[in-house]
Amino acid sequence: MRHVISLLIENEAGALSRVSGLFSARGYNIESLTVAPTEDPSLSRMTIVTTGSDDVVEQITKQLNKLVEVVKVVDLSESAHVERELMLVKVRATGKEREEMKRMADIFRGRIIDVTDTSYVIELTGNQAKLDSFVGAIDAGLILETVRTGICGVGRGERVLKV
Amino acid sequence: MVITGAEIVIRCLQEEKVDYLFGYPGGAVLHIYDELFKQDQVRHVLVRHEQAAIHAADGYARSTEKVGVALVTSGPGATNAVTGIATAYCDSIPMVVISGQVPSAAIGQDAFQEVDTVGITRPCVKHNFLVRDVREIAETIKKAFYLARTGRPGPVLVDIPKDITAQKCAFSYPATVSMRSYNPTVKGHQGQIRKALQLLLEAKRPMVYAGGGVVLGDAADKLTALVRKLGFPCTNTLMGLGAYPATDRQFVGMLGMHGNYEANMGMHYCDVLLAVGARFDDRVIGSPDHFASEPRKIIHIDIDPSSISKRVKVDVPIVGDVGDVLGELLALLDGTSQRPEEASLAAWWKQIEEWRRRDCLKINLDPEIIKPQYVVQKLWEVTGGDAFVTSDVGQHQMWAAQYYKFDKPRRWINSGGLGTMGFGLPAAMGVQLAHPGSQVACVTGEGSIQMNIQELSTCKQFRLPIKVILLNNGYLGMVRQWQELFHGNRYSESYMDALPDFAKLAEAYGHVALKVQKPGDVEGALREAFGRKSDLVFLDFAVDPTENVYPMVQGGKGLTDMILSAEDL
Repeated sequence: MRHVISLLIENEAGALSRVSGLFSARGYNIESLTVAPTEDPSLSRMTIVTTGSDDVVEQITKQLNKLVEVVKVVDLSESAHVERELMLVKVRATGKEREEMKRMADIFRGRIIDVTDTSYVIELTGNQAKLDSFVGAIDAGLILETVRTGICGVGRGERVLKV
Repeated sequence: MVITGAEIVIRCLQEEKVDYLFGYPGGAVLHIYDELFKQDQVRHVLVRHEQAAIHAADGYARSTEKVGVALVTSGPGATNAVTGIATAYCDSIPMVVISGQVPSAAIGQDAFQEVDTVGITRPCVKHNFLVRDVREIAETIKKAFYLARTGRPGPVLVDIPKDITAQKCAFSYPATVSMRSYNPTVKGHQGQIRKALQLLLEAKRPMVYAGGGVVLGDAADKLTALVRKLGFPCTNTLMGLGAYPATDRQFVGMLGMHGNYEANMGMHYCDVLLAVGARFDDRVIGSPDHFASEPRKIIHIDIDPSSISKRVKVDVPIVGDVGDVLGELLALLDGTSQRPEEASLAAWWKQIEEWRRRDCLKINLDPEIIKPQYVVQKLWEVTGGDAFVTSDVGQHQMWAAQYYKFDKPRRWINSGGLGTMGFGLPAAMGVQLAHPGSQVACVTGEGSIQMNIQELSTCKQFRLPIKVILLNNGYLGMVRQWQELFHGNRYSESYMDALPDFAKLAEAYGHVALKVQKPGDVEGALREAFGRKSDLVFLDFAVDPTENVYPMVQGGKGLTDMILSAEDL
């Protein structure tokens, strides 16, 4: 089962490697991991997408909580939440493909943020499935490179992860 | 007044009432050693290898209720310390290790004696710090001691670059620590404790299974009181020996891979299991699937939530300090007149006594050749069961655990989790320093002792009257045993040809040595050794090289699947 784990951790040197080291040492999967400081600069917030049975995910959250610098851990996927990921796609945009690529970007509510005679860079945000479908919808031969941030997520409504 | 970082380090150790610091000097810690020289409150114990410094601090911590402290230099000093740190981590031993680091500006420059100590030790410490500013030293050391001794204890490393030990700032030692990210649960959940008691009172075939957490949590008295009040059988893990008195009738022995028949059978066939400060590890329950094949209700008390329902699903988890929770259970038990049903408990005891009659630890004595188990049995007799016993790792460790009946906690000092050969002698140094007038024995093998034999020199320098009990069978015995049982008697690299003359070696280090070849001489030699109160005596017992450790549960098999003796093969 796919789980989205969100955590607050002291914004200190080495904090990221404590988390990533824990996952590799105990053989847990990381599908994606994003981290950046929060509005309180002493704290970083991390979103980790992982897969595992309920037992494994329970251990993952317990082990994360055990790290001395981790302040709070929640499994966002236990209830309603939103997820977003940012993707930048550089595509070949020449001839008739140029107009088609612009149309596809519009359909997916993407924005073209860099233009040359031969290429576009398209910025797209959404959940993983949306980004996957965009990549599937355009001609694979035209993709020059893609870069994705991994998802970040937040609980819906009153559910707040805060110190 | 401003003082140097090095002086701050020493002042912090004084504030923490550190009496012994185990260490080895080197370039990156020279400022600290210089400050050490100027005072006499913190006594430094110079080891001969950094691994031994950590094991000695570890032995000191295990045998007391205090935090062990060690000091090593950068680079190889730190890497040599890693085995010791991992050993302490696996057994949750409170320890603070201070390591020197190359000067701040040299970090990352591949400087002489530079390693990423914080990176290398990260997976085997409870927490570690790299100090980046002289003003952070005091607070960091305060945090290190606090983290090491609270919650589930463990080693904490503080890495200090050399330039920071030379810089100056004002010193004040913080009185308290508060960390928003670290608040271990001490009090158990009341509702869960009530539920646990109800289960215990309704049990027909109960078993109490206590581990190292009871020893570390100083909860042996409460455990003993609870077990006696309930009239239940109790087993201890290798790490828990001494948590319940071994000579008590309700004690069914150690459980696990080399556990007693009655302990393993009882563990498997009980209907309610109370697990206290233990973690159902692979050497204890063997296969989790086999263990789960018999239905039973499990109550699990542990300070570390991640130890609960890790390998075995439990019914009543209680997160909290084991002493606190056991105290609550005792109070609740005192408040009710309900007691476990006598008839079913009597029937269960009858079954246990029947298992006990298999006498799984019977020694097949031989008039000509010394049985290693017999040496441990005599050691127990000669020391009145009151010695501190450290061990290394292998067959001798299991025999010491099986045949020395520990009645008190913190008397049995061994590397249970990591299984570190070379642990015994340096650990005994820490124990002897912490308990100068007490009998300290290091039960070892000829393989293990050679992994830190240089510490005989430290023992000489600090006049540590440890008794080294070498069960010399000329083999890496546990390896040989597995090769005999599971690898068709192919003794691949487990025979140590060219062993030294240990007696001469010990004498070369300035100690007294005795060679014992005959069963009839065992007791006399032990008495003579322990009679020499101020000497380290190295006893080299030539023991039966073919002897195996039984009972034995093969790795991955079920607890009830025991080989009780060679006849079972």
